[in-house]
Amino acid sequence: MTPKIRLRDVHKRFGAKVVLDGVDLDIATGESMVIIGGSGTGKSVMIKCILGLLRPDSGSIQVDGAEVVGLKGRALAAHQARFGMLFQGGALFDSLSVWRNVSFALDGSAADRRAAAVDTLARVGLGADVADLRPSELSGGMQKRVALARAIASKPEILFFDEPTTGLDPIMADVINDLIRTLVTDLKITALTITHDMASVRKIADSVAMLYQGRIVWHGPRDGIDSAGNPFVDQFVHGRAEGPIKMQLKRL
Amino acid sequence: MTAFATTLFHALIALGSVVIGLFASVGRLTRFALVVLGRIVRPPWYPAQLVEQMLKIGWFSLPVVGLTAVFTGSALAQQIYIGGSRFNAASTVPAVTVIGIVRELGPVLGGLMVAGRVASAMAAELGTMRVTEQIDALTTLRTDPFQYLVGPRIVAAVLVMPLLVLVSNALGVMGGFLLATGRLHFNAAAYLNTTAQYLKWDDISSSMVKAAVFGFFIALMGCYHGYHSSGGAAGVGRATTNAVVSAFILILMANLVITVIVFGS
Repeated sequence: MTPKIRLRDVHKRFGAKVVLDGVDLDIATGESMVIIGGSGTGKSVMIKCILGLLRPDSGSIQVDGAEVVGLKGRALAAHQARFGMLFQGGALFDSLSVWRNVSFALDGSAADRRAAAVDTLARVGLGADVADLRPSELSGGMQKRVALARAIASKPEILFFDEPTTGLDPIMADVINDLIRTLVTDLKITALTITHDMASVRKIADSVAMLYQGRIVWHGPRDGIDSAGNPFVDQFVHGRAEGPIKMQLKRL
Repeated sequence: MTAFATTLFHALIALGSVVIGLFASVGRLTRFALVVLGRIVRPPWYPAQLVEQMLKIGWFSLPVVGLTAVFTGSALAQQIYIGGSRFNAASTVPAVTVIGIVRELGPVLGGLMVAGRVASAMAAELGTMRVTEQIDALTTLRTDPFQYLVGPRIVAAVLVMPLLVLVSNALGVMGGFLLATGRLHFNAAAYLNTTAQYLKWDDISSSMVKAAVFGFFIALMGCYHGYHSSGGAAGVGRATTNAVVSAFILILMANLVITVIVFGS
């Protein structure tokens, strides 16, 4: 079966800094894939390449078997319309009310869009009372939920989550993880999450891939991460300072 | 190589990299402007955004532009009176004031004041949206940031700047009139008569053309620097400064070019 998303030998560099160095990855339809890896290993760049926000230097990215690298104009817009994305900081539009944020990509009259926004807010556990507030009036956890509602409001085929639990307390992080898992299961969406939060991985993932120095160094089912037998994965999962992954404390 | 030749060589390298950098910036800016112009003419359009920007740029700039015009007009009238008195030409105050205000000072000072207010605000707003990923978020929400953010700002600035400068011109002339009649004992009716006599249609139309061009550069600089800002709060600060400085320079350069084309022959 053709995977939903297929990356082959994707390279991307910024100046002299190589960020993606030949990424190969398949994500099946309806699968929840989690990419783990330390800060600065190219996780965000990979997602932005798939979304068409960045163009890889070489390699192939296919969605449903169709090449997406090099799309322009309307074709690129149509490609991007298939995705919903939860940004790390939420990226809510602070000049707009919550319901206008959630219904931003929807068409129709204001009343219809407001009703759709309230429905979507209910899915993420928020009441209609927040609909008219500004994002700045909400707590961090509520902002994340509004951002999540905005990402799913247009019923995308594929959802991306960029560090969904960063900046949240452990309980709110668990709430968000549960929410993501439920949404992905209920809506039968293909999901790609990037995180370094192992609690997230255990909650959200069907399968896990580890990105290190611009390459996928391990790929397997969620339950395999504790017995991966891969020194990179072992070190990351157990959060050890010692191991094959050397933190670059000094910029060369 | 002798020491002199080495020094000369390094100086040439430095000069070359500055020139290349300048051309690269002009190229990037031109490309940005062309992309924006290409997207503005294509739907979807966002009328609500356009109205909001017209209010922000036009309506809320009225006080600062108006005050600038009144004070400058008065000061100009006073100086022309002093200068003119030296060769018995003090009666030229109304004619020179209206020409000076409408042709040059109204549009240029109005443009500079609006650039200070608006180019900085646009750069800060778009810059913050860039660093908080709101611009990326727009793209994933079926919205082209050029059409939603940049287009309305540029169209609004081009539309409202001529109106602002019209007000600025009127208030500038009024400033001169008030000072001349109140302090220099000019006859009010005669002053207005002379003003109307010397004000030509070309003066007003060139003033409006300048205003529209300045409006374009103000919004373009604000959006360009904001859209391309990077590196957190410091980056947004840099973008804001660059937007204002480059808008100032472009306004002064464009003013000279238009003045030479319209009045130089």
